This record gives sequence, C-alpha cells and structure tokens, in this order.
Amino acid sequence: MNAITKRPSALTEAQFHYCPGCGHSVVHRLTAEVIDELNIKDRAVVVAPVGCAVFADKYFDVDSIQGPHGRGPAIATGIKRAKPDSIVFSYQGDGDLASIGMAEIVHAAARGENITVIFINNTIYGMTGGQMAPTTLVGQVATTAPKGRNEKLQGNPINVSEMLAQLKSAKYIERVSSDSAPNIIKAKKAIKKAFQNQIDGLGFSFVEVLSICPTNWGTTPLKGLDFLREKMMAQYPLGVFKDVTAANKEGK
Amino acid sequence: MSEKVLMKGNEALAEGAIRAGCRFFAGYPITPQNEVPEYMSWRQEETGGAFVQAESEVSAVNMLYGAAATGVRAMTSSSSPGVSLKQEGISYMAGADLPCLIVNIMRGGPGLGNIAGAQGDYTQATRGGGNGDYRTLVLAPFSVQELANFPKKAFELSEKYRIPAMILADGILGQMMEGMSYDFEPVDPKTLPQPAWAIGGKHADRKRNMVFSYALGEGELEKMVLKRAERYALIERDEVLYEERDTQDAEVLIVAYGISARASIAAMNMARANGVKAGLLRPITLWPFPTKRIAELSKKVKAVLCVEMSMGQMKVDVDLAVKGSCPVYLHAKPGAFFPVAEEIATAAESALNGKKDQLFSLEDLVKNAENKTYAVNNPICKEGALL
Ligand SMILES: Cc1ncc(C[n+]2csc(CCOP(=O)(O)OP(=O)(O)O)c2C)c(N)n1
Ligand code: SF4
Ligand SMILES: [Mg+2]
Repeated sequence: MNAITKRPSALTEAQFHYCPGCGHSVVHRLTAEVIDELNIKDRAVVVAPVGCAVFADKYFDVDSIQGPHGRGPAIATGIKRAKPDSIVFSYQGDGDLASIGMAEIVHAAARGENITVIFINNTIYGMTGGQMAPTTLVGQVATTAPKGRNEKLQGNPINVSEMLAQLKSAKYIERVSSDSAPNIIKAKKAIKKAFQNQIDGLGFSFVEVLSICPTNWGTTPLKGLDFLREKMMAQYPLGVFKDVTAANKEGK
Repeated sequence: MSEKVLMKGNEALAEGAIRAGCRFFAGYPITPQNEVPEYMSWRQEETGGAFVQAESEVSAVNMLYGAAATGVRAMTSSSSPGVSLKQEGISYMAGADLPCLIVNIMRGGPGLGNIAGAQGDYTQATRGGGNGDYRTLVLAPFSVQELANFPKKAFELSEKYRIPAMILADGILGQMMEGMSYDFEPVDPKTLPQPAWAIGGKHADRKRNMVFSYALGEGELEKMVLKRAERYALIERDEVLYEERDTQDAEVLIVAYGISARASIAAMNMARANGVKAGLLRPITLWPFPTKRIAELSKKVKAVLCVEMSMGQMKVDVDLAVKGSCPVYLHAKPGAFFPVAEEIATAAESALNGKKDQLFSLEDLVKNAENKTYAVNNPICKEGALL
C-alpha cells in the first residue's frame, strides 16, 4: 500500500485543540508541510502569539518561543538578528497583530526584517470569546459590539495587507484564503514563497490568511465558509499586494 | 438600597460603577474580566456615557488619562498582564494628581500565566507599579456585594485625595455569582461638582487649565512630590479600612484579604470548634494598610498567620507592622491555587503551637512539588482556552 498523505514531520504528535472547522488547523498543517518541503525543520523557530494559536509552540516540532500579546514581530527580530541562520516565523491572529501589536508589525516591516509572518484574519477575538477585532466587518456582531460594529462609533475594518504594502521595506505581501481546496493550494504556495524569501535573504514577507471562527461567529463551519466568501472577501480581496522579491533576486 | 439579586461579580462591578456615575470606560479584552467591557459596551450607551474598546491596554489607560482629566468619573478594567501594560498611564495619572478608577481582576502570573484567580499583583498594586514615587489607593473586595459597592467608594476617595484608585480583586470573585444589592442610590453625574482643575468643554467662565506630570524647574518636582506626600499621610491616617472577626480573645491572628479571607473565615470557625482561639483581620484597603491595628493585635496574640495566594507579598506588610512582636507565618498558595479551609485551620493551630511542619508553608510546598498530584484535570486549563 502506498501512503498518499502523512503527518508532516514538522508537526508534533500533539492533538490540536482548535474547534472543528477552525482555520488555524489548516494553516498549521500547510506551514508544517512547507517547513518539511524546504527542509528547514532544524533551523526554524516559531514565535507563538497570544490568541487561540498560543499553543503553536506545542504543535510545530521546531524551536519555539511564546511571548506577550502582539509582540511577536519584535521577538522574531531579536532572534533573527542574534542568529541570522534561523528561519523565524511569527504566527499571529488579528487581535494580536492588528490591534495591540500594530506597532510591532508595522515597524518590523518598515525595518525590512528578514522574517516571515503568518497572519490569521478571522475578524474576531477567538480566544477571549468573540470580542470585536480591528478586522471585524461593519455590522458584524461581537460581544463588545452587541448591535454589530457601528461605523460611526467603531470605524471601519483595517486592511492590514494593503496598509503594510505601502512600506518600502516590505518585500512580499499576499492575502489568501483557507475556505476551499483551490484556495488552500494557493495559500500553501504563498506560505512557501514567504519562507523561501527568508531563506534567500530577500526580506520581510507577510501572508494574510482569511479564516473562519465558527465558534465565536455563532455559526456552523459550512455557514462560516459562506460568510467568509460572501462578506469577508468583499472587504478583504485576495491577491498579491506587493512582490519585489523577483526583481531583488535577479539583482542579487 | 436596591433589591437583593443574584449577580456575577464582574457585572455587579460594572453596574456598580455606572450607578456611581461612571460615564467613561475604556478597556481591552482579557479573561477573567471580559464581562466588564462586555457589559459596559451596551450599558454606557444606554446611560449616555462613552465606551471604547481600545487597541491595547496601553491605549486604554491613556484614554482614561484623557477622560479623567476632564473631571468625569472614568474607569478602565483589566487582568494582570493587561494591568502591567497600564502602569505607564497610572504613573502619569498619579503624577498629574488625577482621580480615576483602575480595576484588576487578578489571574495567575507572571507572564501569560493562566486564567485562574490569583493574588500575585499585591506588590505591584500597593507599591505603585509604574515609575516614580507614588501610591495608588487600593481596595480589596471579598464578595460580589463589595465588588458592586466599591466603585463608588473608590471614586469618592480618589476624588477627595486626587489619587488614582484601584480595585484589586481576582478571577474567582469576578466570575462567581452571589446575592448582592447596591447600598446606595444611583448617582446622577450631573449632580457631581465639576472640579476646578479639569480641562476640556466650553470654558468661557474660567482660565485655562493644564494637566501634566513634569516639573523641570529647580525644586519644582520636590514641591509637587511633597504635596503628594502630605496627602498620602492623610490617607494613611484617615482612610484605613479593615474587618475584624473574633479578635477579642484571639491567640492566633489570621491576616487575609480578598478571596483568601473567605476560606480563612471558614477556617477560623473550624479552629475555634477545635478549641483554637483564632481571629481574623481582613485588610479592605491594601494601601493604606492596617499597619497600626495589626501592630496592636500582634502584641496580644501568640502568632500571626498570613494566608495569601502568592509567595508572601502581603506578608511583607504584616512583618513591617508586627516588627517582631510575635512570630509571623505564611500559608502560601502561589500558582493560582485557592486556600483550603481545613489546611488553614491546621496551619493556624500549628502557628499557635510553633509547629512548623503543619503550616503548609512555602518551603513545604517547594519540597513536595515533585510528588504533588492534581485531583482535577481541568480540560480548559489544560488546553489553555481563553488566555
Ligand atoms: C496584555 C494582554 N491583553 C489581553 C490578553 C487577552 N487575550 C488573549 S487572546 C486575545 C485576543 C486574541 O485574538 P486574535 O489575535 O484575533 O486570535 P484568535 O484567537 O482569533 O486566533 C486577547 C485579547 C492577554 N493575554 N494579554
Ligand atoms: S475559538 Fe475560533 S479561532 Fe479559536 S479555535 Fe475555535 S474556531 Fe478557532
Ligand atoms: Mg482573531
């Protein structure tokens, strides 16, 4: 019998604690496959966030560090600058990255840190129980926006990828989705490129993954996927927002 | 007086603040205090107040700095890691002599720790916590009843002395439901006097005001700090709050605050049933600390037993009060564990008899840590949900 698929070696045996349908599970697996394929397991370091992915350190079978809420890109900077041979990735949710950690991500990108960032946008604070995130859609209900996000009071969602793409030192910024097989294949390609860029020394690479949180959206995984496609993608269009790595590589 | 109802600690606190006239709230989600911002998100709107979910605790506390400077009753709430981030703003508000309310529903630490109730932020709360030479006035409720009624007390004291006030509770109190009632009529913020120092609003009838914490001219900072020291001395003289139970004939005095006092009361009764004359002193203000009263009692009892969910942070203050008059023992529950009444009762008896092996002391906990087994394998704790 031929094995068609197997557990990536970059994942430990630990069972994920994520809810059924959660996008974190999908993206963990993709990332682990990429680490295997690029053969960087022995020099990869995961920076685990504060959020549902806090235990990313238990799941990736690589060196790890878990830090304060939102500070991942600063911690990653420290590791990468101290040990340039490492392949460092910061894995973060939208509350972690786009709210409390907005300064750290903007400045890591502005400095052009040669790190990889994986950003899970599920429009909500998953771990703390469904409070509004900076990415919450207008009208979307959250426990701190019980009548739905009101543009007049809470403003509009932040499109992080578009924003970071404005920074000259950011090299590769793409938004992908975890909703369907074709999109998951694209997501993996983007993650792989973001790691390859770091290996090639090309600079700051950032992949935003649209993801569902059925638990705190108060819905089923299938209906959640519909919401992602209909509502989230309207606010957060998929695509490459910046890619100057090809040019850099030629000039190298 | 309101009707007695069953309420969750965090919500009783939030409603208590609203009833005390709080019309500004800024916060950031963190367990185990999420019910406070969640409640405020609709309740402030209902009462014409402002609710802001900030992008971080650093931002929330600076929103509080701004709101407090306008003279409205304003508050923020958080839990331990978030309160660490608020220290910048607390230091600035102390330096600008602004009244305000900060709530800390403590959880296990340091760092991310866990979400279970703990008492590890005592030192941070009572010593200031941020940079500079300052104090915050700290109230430590031990019931939902007190959580509900302390915001008003905190606002009043903080306005009287122009000092940031803190309510220091823990995740157990915040999450538990208990019968409670408000012991005051709702305050209409319009009836509160507008302080002379406040900024903002239309002010044709007054000169401009300035809110700041710097003092660069020769001697200016010293003058500012000494004025503060004068007020701090008044607070220490006039505002100490504590509760005493069965201290008249006590031979061993238990000192415990907040949730630890709950188990201590049960323990005290058990000890008495066994012929051990135990009494309790429960500090309600942690700063100002009931130093004088503990000093008096320490001359009458044979031993003092501190019960706290930390490595002995409060014991430092008890030691400073007792000054060697009698032995002071520590029954410690660090690591977000809750004291057990039976153990406290045994520890009280051991303290009285000078037997150290039954104190469940920190040293014993450390010695036995390797072999300790945990009865409850809580899947939520295990998987770290809600961190
Ligand atoms: C300083 C600090 N503030 C707040 C928290 C509480 N907290 C834990 S996870 C989280 C939000 C996580 O949301 P997100 O980053 O979107 O991740 P998700 O769970 O949705 O994947 C918050 C606010 C904390 N642990 N530390
Ligand atoms: S709460 Fe949401 S983000 Fe967290 S594991 Fe469940 S589905 Fe995923
Ligand atoms: Mg999220």
